[in-house]
Amino acid sequence: MSTRLATGGRLLNKTAPLTFSFNGKQMRGYAGDTLASALLANDQMLVGRSFKYHRPRGIVTSGPEEPNALMNLGQEGRFEPNARATTTELFDGLEAASQNHWPSLEFDVGAINKHLSRFLPAGFYYKMFMHPRPLWKHVYEPIIRHSAGLGKAPKATDADTYEHFYAFCDVLIVGGGVAGLQAALAAGQSGARVILLEQTPHWGGRAPVDGGRIDGASVDDWIAQTLIKLRGMENVTLRERTMGAGVYDHGYVLGYEQLRDHAPEAAGPRHRLWRIRAGHVITATGAIERPLSFAGNDVPGVMLASAVRDYVANFAVSPGDRTVLVTNNDNAYLTAIALKHAGLDVPAILDARVLPQDSQLVAQAKALGIRVLMGQGVSSVLGSKRVTGVAVCSQAGEGAVLEEIACDAVAMSGGWSPVVHLWSHCGGKLTWDKARACFRPDQDNPPTGADGLGFVTPAGAAAGVFALDDVLHDAHAAAEGVATTLGLKLPRDARSPVADRREEAPMSPVWQMPQGASVKLREKTFLDYQNDVKVSDVRLAAQEGFVSVEHAKRYTTLGMATDQGKLSNINGLATLAGALDAEIPSVGTTTFRPPYHPISMGAITGDARGDTFQPIRRTPLHDWHESNGAIWEPVGQWRRPYAYVQSGESTHDAVMREVTNTRQNLGLLDASTLGKLIVRGPDAGRFLDMLYTNMMSTLKPGKCRYGLMCNENGFLIDDGVVARLDEQTFLCHTTTGGAESIHAHMEEWLQTEWWDFKVHVVNATEHYAQIAVVGPNARKCLEKLGGMDLSREALGFMEWTEGELGGFKVRVFRISFSGELSYEIAVEAGQGQAFWDALLVAGHSLGVMPYGTECLHILRAEKGFIMIGDETDGTVIPQDLGLNWAISKKKDDYLGKRAQQRSHMQDPTRWKLVGLETTDGSTLPDGAYALGEGKNENGQKVVQGRVTSAYHSPTLDRGIAMGLVLHGPDRMGEVLTFPGTDGKTYEAKIVDPVFYDPKGEKQNV
Amino acid sequence: MSETVTALKNAHYDAGIAEVSEIGPLGMITIRGDLDAPFVRKVAKKVTGVERPERGMCNSEGGAGIAWMSPDELLLMCPHAQVPDVLARLHAAFEDTHTLAANVSGARAVFRVDGPHAREVLAKLAPVDLAPEKFTPGMFRRTRVGQVPAAIWLRADGSFQIFCFRSVAQYMFDLLKAAAQPGSEVGYFPPESGVNREKV
Amino acid sequence: MLILTCPCCHVTAEETEFHAGGEAHLKRIGPDGAEGEFESYLFMRQNPKGVHLERWRHVYGCGKWFHLARDTATLEVFGAYSAQTTSPPDHIRSAIQEKHPEWQWQGAS
Repeated sequence: MSTRLATGGRLLNKTAPLTFSFNGKQMRGYAGDTLASALLANDQMLVGRSFKYHRPRGIVTSGPEEPNALMNLGQEGRFEPNARATTTELFDGLEAASQNHWPSLEFDVGAINKHLSRFLPAGFYYKMFMHPRPLWKHVYEPIIRHSAGLGKAPKATDADTYEHFYAFCDVLIVGGGVAGLQAALAAGQSGARVILLEQTPHWGGRAPVDGGRIDGASVDDWIAQTLIKLRGMENVTLRERTMGAGVYDHGYVLGYEQLRDHAPEAAGPRHRLWRIRAGHVITATGAIERPLSFAGNDVPGVMLASAVRDYVANFAVSPGDRTVLVTNNDNAYLTAIALKHAGLDVPAILDARVLPQDSQLVAQAKALGIRVLMGQGVSSVLGSKRVTGVAVCSQAGEGAVLEEIACDAVAMSGGWSPVVHLWSHCGGKLTWDKARACFRPDQDNPPTGADGLGFVTPAGAAAGVFALDDVLHDAHAAAEGVATTLGLKLPRDARSPVADRREEAPMSPVWQMPQGASVKLREKTFLDYQNDVKVSDVRLAAQEGFVSVEHAKRYTTLGMATDQGKLSNINGLATLAGALDAEIPSVGTTTFRPPYHPISMGAITGDARGDTFQPIRRTPLHDWHESNGAIWEPVGQWRRPYAYVQSGESTHDAVMREVTNTRQNLGLLDASTLGKLIVRGPDAGRFLDMLYTNMMSTLKPGKCRYGLMCNENGFLIDDGVVARLDEQTFLCHTTTGGAESIHAHMEEWLQTEWWDFKVHVVNATEHYAQIAVVGPNARKCLEKLGGMDLSREALGFMEWTEGELGGFKVRVFRISFSGELSYEIAVEAGQGQAFWDALLVAGHSLGVMPYGTECLHILRAEKGFIMIGDETDGTVIPQDLGLNWAISKKKDDYLGKRAQQRSHMQDPTRWKLVGLETTDGSTLPDGAYALGEGKNENGQKVVQGRVTSAYHSPTLDRGIAMGLVLHGPDRMGEVLTFPGTDGKTYEAKIVDPVFYDPKGEKQNV
Repeated sequence: MSETVTALKNAHYDAGIAEVSEIGPLGMITIRGDLDAPFVRKVAKKVTGVERPERGMCNSEGGAGIAWMSPDELLLMCPHAQVPDVLARLHAAFEDTHTLAANVSGARAVFRVDGPHAREVLAKLAPVDLAPEKFTPGMFRRTRVGQVPAAIWLRADGSFQIFCFRSVAQYMFDLLKAAAQPGSEVGYFPPESGVNREKV
Repeated sequence: MLILTCPCCHVTAEETEFHAGGEAHLKRIGPDGAEGEFESYLFMRQNPKGVHLERWRHVYGCGKWFHLARDTATLEVFGAYSAQTTSPPDHIRSAIQEKHPEWQWQGAS
């Protein structure tokens, strides 16, 4: 059984006991524990079921590479699936539950799959569920969905907050082991701005567990001293619980800081995403031990050798009373020695190698009385929910059992793989290190930055350097090299510390144990624990032609899901290489993609949720609208009132009321969102002549003109009224959506094409609140405010003036988008609300009512005015809309003129704007198509037009519409057929698009 | 004439790691033209009392100031009530030259972020190196704050002034409040004292 | 994510503060242009893997357009220069040729 030891535990605070629960069972641990170490201390080795076969699985590792111990943590708004127990810090009250089992962890129905495993080979799902197709939706998918998947998706709204932080530095060091610390020290001494990230709450990495002495001190002491030095440096920032998640172009690095996962009740954000821009990145990310591939290597109790000694040394936890060590290298002997020193039994070390003579560590193990069996390995592990022993065989053979050794834990080591992920994220290449049987960074081919030079340097184990003394030297040299490229120098006395050296015998790669393992053994030999990929699956994939490592990955699912194959990749591709009879480097690796480990969606989102999900743009009158029944219509990021609904009214009722009232009395519209661009300079007229299709340079000061703007493709992009303020100055109104884009459009042409034009453009949109005062009583209302002569004689239609109205400084435009007598009045934004209030008071006896955007649409449609975005869709030219009157024939050039001469634009069969009147007075469905004769070459019904706007007009008490129709203007009176999506068919007559006051008398009074 | 109000009526938040306040109404005038022209420098100084700032800077004194917006744009700040007078003086000075002066006082919302953690609050929102040795008092940077364009001006250590469009004032205030929430100190920049609380 | 230095306001900023505007040095074809010329002006782009002269706008900053010489494969930036020019200046050409001696300015397309 696994248990807590009486002594030791360098990371534990035994004076701080904690209580937590696992699957509802109360357990105890200490501050400093991980969830995994606390579970082991409570003899909870079985922590989950595997993904495919639902095999019992135990804790394998002590770090972030853990494939098995994935937990559902917390409840409701703090529920988190797929959390690795090995990296989850224990806190008082933590609630954890295992995943992927039903009905219980101990007894799982899905485990039946393991008896079917012969029938669930690689690609099974692809092969089995292809046919027959109809079965997929109703049979296969529901069943697979029920039994597949890892953790549950959270349902409640996340109760926590998250944030980003932008940081900049000269040198970013990822990994706070001894290599990272030494690199930070050296880089810090050079004067560079340094950030050092460590994903765990502890500094020093695994060096303190593996032992040795640095500059004569213990590793722990050296770490403590180094931290004191680093904390004393103003130019160095240390962040624990912060993982370097990804390295991107030009030195951009994401750091993932877990602030409150270990203290959920504390104030502040839960996670912080560091968006770091580094001059140079040093990856001191260490290495990960590899499992060995032998039958039953997934039985709970089989763990990485390094994890076993981590649990003993860091957490005073013994994974088993009797542990058999199986290895192909010297380093793993440290585990046997640590267990022995902790008073635990190591019945045997199975070493797959045959060494000519005992190395230092082998001799040390033997001296401790441990039986060392050279050239031997595990034939299979005995036990199902827990290791009960190992069957020993000769590594060179086919698995014939030489003896069985009883044990309750197996510590395995297949060698170490440098963590090359961050090096590789942005294009760093790898090279195969034959001696250590691992891929390490090819430092001649680093990821390159904006200057074309490499910007990542690996250090220590991440560079493929493993001995303590070498690690420190490598890290120091890496930092010194980086400092040099930054033009910095280390102080003269800065040097790499010296560590004692240990002679180690070379490791010997073992990709299959025993070497000639039978099919039966291979079918129980797991490469990828999380995805249940076995040696036999990879071999099958190779047989079936999946020879590329990327294809084999997807076919077998090797290296997928939350751990992304941190344990399995090298063993998997070595197996693939073996099956293909190819060299490992020629098979290559799959692509390393960020993030290094999964990071929370909340951290990615940061502040972009809730009220700040996206910027909502509000007019100066927003609050008034909100408290007066406005239903909002999003227009870009703006919120505009769609209608003001009074009590007892439907939205439709409100819109009808607003239209009728505006036509009969007086309506007020918040038109503040319309773009207002000041265009000024000696060449302003010339410039606007190029931008608008019509002539603007001839406009007289004091006058307004409606204008159209096209892009170089000839398509209509915006429209609005231009007012000439003085000889040199124009005020261009744009659509609500066009304020920013047309401003940018103007700047682009001024800066990149006509830079000789003397013109300035200022976007004054938001300086003003603009209110349309519309209806037969409009003038009376303004006269009541008083201060300006706004009579027909003083201010004619399409003129503007400025002055004081009711004590407000205003600019008044006599323009109309409704066909009624109408004034658009601009005041400074900060007075908009007061002016609106004054209008409501003045208009009280005149029947004043505010109206929203739907009423505005109906008013303009009754008049046959087009709307950008309704009548246009980016493929419509002004000529299509019967707007030839607004296209100057006198101008040699304007944006879009050349395009409008292209044959397709001149095609007489282009659909043209008409009005449409249903024969029964109903309203056409917006967007409906008019049917033509027969079918096209694709067998689809031929269409000959479509509805671009359709409304019920209360003024005419019938449906009105505009549409684009083939030869439309020549077919007045013809009736077209429009099938609706509601199953009905609509008949509509082609009519003139101006339904109301065609002579324009009302706006001109 | 009615009193001019700001977008959020001078909303204020002081429950977090920095104080966030909407200030104003401020008088703001955009100048476009040749910033090196002597008549531009001269009149700008005359109406504000400060020198035209160098690239990337803002000079201020009392309630007036000049910010460098782009190679051909300045932002003049003055008490709101003085805008008509200042504009008239500018127009007189710019007559016959290709120089523009436009009142944009209503177009913007202006915030102050004050306190020892002010740098950190801004560094959560803007992709700008705000380290004390890199972003020093007087610097003025147009950038992105959250998802909207804004300008950040470090008036004095521990006191930022933020300019954004008026329509997104609420968004900006909500962002700044969230970034200043209690318990969210980053501890990246050394805390600063010497907060300049003088009112504009 | 790229970092670029705006040659107009001299601010170095990340890509999110800029807006990419496609190939630089396009010659506008007006109403007198031939059909083929106009088509190529509107639609035809070089889209190289390698050295590219392109337009960017410092949209969250000074608002100015500028030109950038960049390698689309390695993302190396050779330099930024004024948008008010019809061809890359000499110092940009030599910065590119230092890394890509075979590269030649092909003229406005």
